[in-house]
Amino acid sequence: MSAVIEEHHPDDHHHGPDKGIMRWVFTTNHKDIGTLYLWFSFAMFLFGGVMALCIRAELFQPGLQIVSPELFNQLTTMHGLVMVFGAVMPAFVGLANWLVPMMIGAPDMALPRMNNYSFWILPFAFSMLASTFLMEGGAPNFGWTFYAPLSTDFAPPSVTFFIFAVHMMGISSIMGSINVIVTILNLRAPGMTLMRMPLFVWTWLITAYLLIAVMPVLAGVVTMMLMDIHFGTAFFNAGGGGDPVLFQHVFWFFGHPEVYIMILPAFGVVSAIIPTFARKKLFGYDSMVYASASIAFLSFIVWAHHMFTVGIPLAGELYFMYATMLIAVPTGVKVFNWVATMWQGSMTFETPMLFAIAFVILFTIGGFSGLMLAITPVDFQYHDTYFVVAHFHYVLVPGSVFAIMAAVYYWIPKWTGNMYNEPLGKTHFWLSFIGVNITFFPQHFVGLAGMPRRIPDYALQFADWNMVSSCGAFLFGFSQLLFLFIVIQTVRGGKPATEKVWEGAHGLEWTIPSPAPYHTFSTPPKEIPEAHG
Amino acid sequence: MSTQDAYEEYYVPHNSKLPIFASLGIFLTVFGMGNMFNETKAGVDSVFGEIVFLLGGLTMAATLWAWFSVVIRENHQKLYSDQMNRSYVWGMSWFIFSEVMFFAAFFGALFYVRFFVVDWIGGVGDRGPSDMIWPEYVPHWPMVNPPNPELFPGPAEIINPWGLPLLNTILLVSSSFTVTLAHHGIKEGNRKKLVNWLALTVILGLTFLVVQGYEYYHAYQDLGLTLASGIFGTTFFMLTGFHGAHVTLGTIMLIVMLGRALKGHFEADDCFGFEAASWYWHFVDVVWLGLFIFVYVLGS
Repeated sequence: MSAVIEEHHPDDHHHGPDKGIMRWVFTTNHKDIGTLYLWFSFAMFLFGGVMALCIRAELFQPGLQIVSPELFNQLTTMHGLVMVFGAVMPAFVGLANWLVPMMIGAPDMALPRMNNYSFWILPFAFSMLASTFLMEGGAPNFGWTFYAPLSTDFAPPSVTFFIFAVHMMGISSIMGSINVIVTILNLRAPGMTLMRMPLFVWTWLITAYLLIAVMPVLAGVVTMMLMDIHFGTAFFNAGGGGDPVLFQHVFWFFGHPEVYIMILPAFGVVSAIIPTFARKKLFGYDSMVYASASIAFLSFIVWAHHMFTVGIPLAGELYFMYATMLIAVPTGVKVFNWVATMWQGSMTFETPMLFAIAFVILFTIGGFSGLMLAITPVDFQYHDTYFVVAHFHYVLVPGSVFAIMAAVYYWIPKWTGNMYNEPLGKTHFWLSFIGVNITFFPQHFVGLAGMPRRIPDYALQFADWNMVSSCGAFLFGFSQLLFLFIVIQTVRGGKPATEKVWEGAHGLEWTIPSPAPYHTFSTPPKEIPEAHG
Repeated sequence: MSTQDAYEEYYVPHNSKLPIFASLGIFLTVFGMGNMFNETKAGVDSVFGEIVFLLGGLTMAATLWAWFSVVIRENHQKLYSDQMNRSYVWGMSWFIFSEVMFFAAFFGALFYVRFFVVDWIGGVGDRGPSDMIWPEYVPHWPMVNPPNPELFPGPAEIINPWGLPLLNTILLVSSSFTVTLAHHGIKEGNRKKLVNWLALTVILGLTFLVVQGYEYYHAYQDLGLTLASGIFGTTFFMLTGFHGAHVTLGTIMLIVMLGRALKGHFEADDCFGFEAASWYWHFVDVVWLGLFIFVYVLGS
């Protein structure tokens, strides 16, 4: 293995990037790795998006026309898995890689080699997951929540590879999070106190904590599945004294913090963008920090609100209902603070700001439908209907995904040194905004009327709104090709960006040249700005 | 915190070939394992899975060896500042926290089964109808009578906690003391003390593993207590088995540290590798105490 042992050249880290493709394979640079994560995430976004469009094409009309019910199940499952673990999570890790060291005045991530390892596991994991489509019996078909016994006794053989893919994603996430946490705790420039950190850094600190706490639980639950499938254990088999409901408890103990893992960094992004374009300091910085921490804490004690109809004791239903409603308090604090930041600001509406404002409004709609779902007796009607689908797509698409896009528009001048094309960016925003609402708003209606999720066919009374929804989905999906075009155009050239890029921008990343040099803050910055957003 | 006047540069390697090999290694390992499992389940006679698994394991082992060699060499070249060492301390601490949460999932499963499921299947409380499926079933822990004995034949007996498990408790708790004495050896600059106590720790760890191996053999051969003997066997073997895997890993770490100690590594102010291994060792010790209480003593 001597070929693997690298030679050390003490002065190497002052050089620029290597030439050629191996730069990306061997890199330890946080900016390179951030770029890798972001491109990987976009590829997965398109892969998951194609599956979503297949689903919407099938649901365009009642009846079975395009895909078989078997394939439909595989598509819904893989769409969810790819979007959650392949698109949204890696995008935020990519943003953290690019931004956290620059925001806190650190020379790089704390553990640079492990940083590369965290990324390069992912292409292997997702190749293995995607290859299940070609296996005998097809891809996993039990929904992204993979409830036992559908995912154990009745699963296709490819479930084994699904389990190991999840293990690999978990290892990647845990190592990535350890890196983020250690960077934030140990590599802040002198004077960068915790309460001066930008909120994006704060929300990522909390997110990384959540990831380290719950990804091992996910690993545990898939391990239990593996043992039930191959070694005759009885975790999820009542005949042996186990319980399929146990699966749901362990899964959702991971799964609920997971949804905040996908939204907290988005809060951080929006908290950076709104002050910049409102030209005001973020309203209530301290309360934003405490609200984020409260949301993280509450995320551990509300998991069974996903399980109201499975048959848990009445006392449990009441507890989980009230605990869930508590989350509305810190979330309300956040929404209030964003609105208060815009209040009487001198606002301009560049593309990042448009995405950020759309985030505040549409995420709040998703939050309100979440409150409706939290009410136990009402949830008995909504459970497993399209209302749930509408709810979590509202918090994930115009929530997390819009925040990621806002972040790309906001920081891409810093990354590439070029301004993106503003009219095209705005076009992309309006197409996405209209597309997303046409897609998901009607799903509230069909859901309330009783249309079940994850079924390829439906009763005639749902036909009109499904047709509308499918049209919106194709509009939204194809608009993302425009996004790809804009990003490539900006990488290749464009109006040169200034150091500060935005008139109202504050923070360390705006004090360095655009594009950001390959190595930044090799010596810590002298002036540490006050927290601004 | 380093001040700006006395700023020590944070070491960032220019690039590294290690992670891509590690990624390949982990992929081959699990891909091979998946094929092994699926071939066995389908009754296919093939060694494809085994070969890939072996290849992956070797790649992983070689890469980790190279990786740790690089880190040790860089440390000896004095490339690591105090700040760098603090990164390693934080990194190891958070890694151990993630391990705690992994065990928490299995302990949680045990408690949930123990306190709710055992009774509910028997129709206790407001779960009335469920006892119509298996009317013969009587709620009892340890569950020696699973609801469906045809699929899950229950064990004749379970392990007596006051025999081998008590011995193992004594072995593992003593090893936590011996590893601390070895640490004192480093701090005092007494290499003989370090090597002797560390060697004893390794022997205690290996003895623990042998005893547990014998206990498993006894459970399978004499008691009918197996992975497939219902939820008691399931939780028993999964919890103690994962713990045993961690003891194995910890013992390997300590053996490596013993080798390094014999080569003259570790100084009083520069022994993080040893400390990380010993923290890990204390962690598996604490998990064992949880197992001894909740699985062995309160389980019987």
